[in-house]
Amino acid sequence: MLTILFDGIAYGMLLFVLACGLAVTLGLMNFVNLAHGAFAMAGGYVMAVLMNRYGVPFLATLPLAFLVPAIVGLLLERTLYKHLYASSHLDQVLFSIGLVLMAVAATDYSMGSQQQLVRLPAWLQGRVELFGVQVGLYRSFIILVCGVLAVALQFALTKTRFGSRLRAAVDDPRIARGLGINVNAIFAVTFAVGSGIAGLGGALGSEILGLDPTFPLKFMIYFLIVVTVGGATSITGPFLASLILGIADVAGKYYVPSVGAFIIYTLMIAVLVLRPQGLFTLAR
Amino acid sequence: MQNVADHVATTLRRRGRWSAAEVIFWLVAAAPLFLLPERHLLLNEIAIVGLFALSLDLILGYAGIVSLGHAAFFGVGAYVAGLLAKNGIGDPVLGLAAAAFAATGLGFITSFLVLRGADLANLMVTLGVALVLGEIANRMAWLTGGADGLQGVSINPIFGIFEFDIFGTTAYAYSLIVTFILFVIARRIVVSPFGLSLRSIRDNSLRARAIGIPVNARLVAVYTLSAAYAGVAGALLAQTTQFVSLDVFAFHRSADVLLVLVIGGVGYLYGGLIGAVVFKILQDVLSAWTPQYWQFWIGLVLVILVLSGRERLADRGRALWASILGRSTAPVTQPTAVEES
Amino acid sequence: MTVALETKGLVKRFGGFTATDDVSFRLEQGARHALIGPNGAGKTTFINLLTGVLTPSGGQIFLEGADITRLRPEQRVRRGLARTFQINQLFPAMTPLETLALAVSERMGGGRDWWRVIGSKRGASDEVVEMAQRFRLTDVLDERTSHLPYGKQRLLEIAVAFACRPRVLLLDEPAAGVPEAERHELLAAVAALPRDVSVLLIEHDMDLVFSFADRISVLVNGAVFTEGSVDEVSTDPRVRAVYLGEKVDE
Repeated sequence: MLTILFDGIAYGMLLFVLACGLAVTLGLMNFVNLAHGAFAMAGGYVMAVLMNRYGVPFLATLPLAFLVPAIVGLLLERTLYKHLYASSHLDQVLFSIGLVLMAVAATDYSMGSQQQLVRLPAWLQGRVELFGVQVGLYRSFIILVCGVLAVALQFALTKTRFGSRLRAAVDDPRIARGLGINVNAIFAVTFAVGSGIAGLGGALGSEILGLDPTFPLKFMIYFLIVVTVGGATSITGPFLASLILGIADVAGKYYVPSVGAFIIYTLMIAVLVLRPQGLFTLAR
Repeated sequence: MQNVADHVATTLRRRGRWSAAEVIFWLVAAAPLFLLPERHLLLNEIAIVGLFALSLDLILGYAGIVSLGHAAFFGVGAYVAGLLAKNGIGDPVLGLAAAAFAATGLGFITSFLVLRGADLANLMVTLGVALVLGEIANRMAWLTGGADGLQGVSINPIFGIFEFDIFGTTAYAYSLIVTFILFVIARRIVVSPFGLSLRSIRDNSLRARAIGIPVNARLVAVYTLSAAYAGVAGALLAQTTQFVSLDVFAFHRSADVLLVLVIGGVGYLYGGLIGAVVFKILQDVLSAWTPQYWQFWIGLVLVILVLSGRERLADRGRALWASILGRSTAPVTQPTAVEES
Repeated sequence: MTVALETKGLVKRFGGFTATDDVSFRLEQGARHALIGPNGAGKTTFINLLTGVLTPSGGQIFLEGADITRLRPEQRVRRGLARTFQINQLFPAMTPLETLALAVSERMGGGRDWWRVIGSKRGASDEVVEMAQRFRLTDVLDERTSHLPYGKQRLLEIAVAFACRPRVLLLDEPAAGVPEAERHELLAAVAALPRDVSVLLIEHDMDLVFSFADRISVLVNGAVFTEGSVDEVSTDPRVRAVYLGEKVDE
């Protein structure tokens, strides 16, 4: 059972890394970006292509799995997304659905519709005995990296100048601009970083989550659940929500497979109706 | 001031009358029954998608409720009609009634979930409901046929006379007539005081309450009605194709119908129908060109549509439509954050 | 004389802040009653409590003797209580004609009518015309509300409330923000309101208050500071002091 817990934690932290960019764009820029999963997918494919076609070692692909989606995100934000910050959520949803369709089709066209098979490096394969529990090395690695990322994000948000500028820009863009804060630049950088982190997550997690062109659509609902339950105004909220979701999903599939995703969707609906600001947000 | 009184009376009453353009629209829709025999299967699909989009327009265009999960009602209608036919009750009209009934029930129950919500919450709640239903249908494979789909759906001839043929002629006539009847009802509803109250709720629910409109009751009513319409559309699909798969609950179905409505324009009832024509023809053309990748171009259309300000385009389109109809009614637009509050 | 609108010990607290402090208020039948007070005194909060937009923390509200404290806003409107908002709350995409037709139809019970074209109910159309004429909207009936000049919007705001044929009408700063050139129309329309409607007016514009009101209540920090006829209140030195922010011995 501890193995299940451990796997659930790994899955949850992966979800957190994948979803935190979405939480940030939503909570901070009030933009519903359903295409967020496409950036994750991009990172995954970057890694897969580099490893399978060019033999680049796993660890070396990770920085690029971050950079490529980040740059794409930056470009898209500056050219397309920024026009829609003031638009209705419906328009934003329609726009991002359009982007997803394009991304999915383009990926299918260029990479084929099959699952990308990635062979983990030898040092990540296998298990190790830790406190009497069998833990996978790969999942341990994920937990480690995601944990570091989470801490780094929380630190960046709360303890750095950039973080406080970001929070100011979110609270009131006009006043922030009046204080000389370059709100546009902050939004652009935040969007880029969020997309990059998603790409990193997609690369890290491809072995667990799978990697094929339907990835953005398959996992979109999970990201939305994380943001719904965790709220979009902090790092800790989505973090906790992701952990719960990850553990619940893994445990659910193991113990009560017939019920499956049903509970998770119902949980999301319940939270939305009863506590729309999320389970873990402090009242703002 | 007699001319003011006349003007008021005429303007209000004019909304109820069918204009020449509308009559022509329906005549053109019916014409292919006799003129384009080889296209009846496609036209049947257009009619079904059109009805589905019409149902979404009732809540999105008139009451301002956004939904990413309208396929929930479509799917329920499809499975109810399919199961009924599979288990011996093959009469199509009865199947429609049962589907509408089931969808109405589901619509009523879930309407309370979308009453409070802001747009974003509603998008996710409706999405969640559709996913839950899809999961249920998947799990209950013993009933629904699961991933293989519902087999053995056999439909009796309509009224015992009109058999469903392989060319889809009966199917198209059937779907078209059902859609037309439901459209006429919807058209009466939207020009009634009830319909106008919906638009006012969409524009400013605070003010609507302040003139005595029971907002929640109205929203429940229109959401339930919209669900019924969607259920009928789903039933039509099940009956005319004699097959139902889990696909009816899929996210892409909800997304597609939203797209169809947006293409045609929200808030004037014909948008869903026109959008269905454009969408299906586009799909037909693009699929022939690049079989698996027509989705790319649809996505691109959507992106361009939104970026070019679909509300403004729709506004201009509707102004054009209104002048064709000889009316000066101000159609509904969703106030954007920039516009007014 | 029956009391048109009355509150007993009405209280509203937001966390530690008391916005409405034990207000017992009477609006007489046919009254022209003004509610004044410095900014932040809680006047709009009071109106929101009366109309049901806010739920009181304590106290009761009576409309023509009936307890309406628990009723929802739309139910209170049906009982004859209507209001205007300080910032226009209109239907931007609808025309004044549609707006008035809607209000009239709702009142006539036509809101549940889904089969008939709006305006076809006997007398509805005539009422719309009457509203339009009374509030000088006949020349802008077919324009989108969002395109109307502010003064006309303000008139529509009052017209919509009046179309509900209320017995009590609450006007929240009707002249606020109306440009000088359009004020006259507005003030004339307010002055011409029939006497069978009891009116409570919140205003900062003292000209309007003095020309329109019979009685004035002064609200300070959520509580009724003083109340009386126009002469009594306008000559009361404490009222001036309160407005100017000076300390006053009670």
